[in-house]
Amino acid sequence: MPSLPSFATIAIGDKLPGLTKPAIDRVQLALYAGASGDHNDIHLDDERAKAGGLPGVIAHGMLSMAFLGELVASWVPITAIRSLGGRFAAITRPGDVIACVGVVAAKSTFEGENRIEVDLTAESVTGEKTIVGKAFIAIP
Amino acid sequence: MLDKSFIGKTYPRFVFEVEKGRILQFADAIRDPNPIYRDTAVARAAGYRAIPAPPTFGYVAVMDHDQSFGLLRDLKVAILRVLHGEQWFTYQRPIYAGDLLTGETKVLDIYDKKGGALDFIVSETSLSNQTGERVCDMRTVIVVRN
Repeated sequence: MPSLPSFATIAIGDKLPGLTKPAIDRVQLALYAGASGDHNDIHLDDERAKAGGLPGVIAHGMLSMAFLGELVASWVPITAIRSLGGRFAAITRPGDVIACVGVVAAKSTFEGENRIEVDLTAESVTGEKTIVGKAFIAIP
Repeated sequence: MLDKSFIGKTYPRFVFEVEKGRILQFADAIRDPNPIYRDTAVARAAGYRAIPAPPTFGYVAVMDHDQSFGLLRDLKVAILRVLHGEQWFTYQRPIYAGDLLTGETKVLDIYDKKGGALDFIVSETSLSNQTGERVCDMRTVIVVRN
């Protein structure tokens, strides 16, 4: 389990160790469809995706959110994560490289527990944000 | 215009068994090399009581039990026209391999924007484990492109 950073020393603006994932490919979309139970054709079949008004298959938004989960769970134990989520801001396509960024946005005490608020973003190499999210983490 | 009478509807509870192999499959699919998802001894040495699930794994229960697409079918929405708009997890405790989770989905809101060009469906699935402890709440916003 990663050891927790200390609430006293952590500062607003601190960055989590970054995570850049290998380029998403169609094999990964197939694997994620099987693993996640999300078999929507828009992730697997170009013709069906186009019938749905898309440029071709798109990656599951939840795949990139899982990357954000990996970013946070590489930094603190899973037991410390109080919430995690975000808004899907742009579509992700096969070939895209997603970089995950976390920045400490606030420190607070909630129900007697020290917590930090982390701004999370998933972004493509072009700098386009694909997820704008947030996590709250309990820090002793 | 979607049928707003679905707002407040609660779907029947479902049971989701957290298999160790499914956690491994999920970790492999997201290409997360963390050994805690693969080896019980490593997970225990790291302080977990069993292999933990990755943070967003709970949504597998939603998809496996047709909680999202089922609602879309009930609302007569074409699956090809939807995008995942937002997803938020609130955690009470981790999910572990071997857990027997009970889930329940409620429709929280249905509204439209841009003169009906986009519909939004907000639902929440809550998971509890085999001892009745709450595990997590997952709030989903689905966007329908009309």
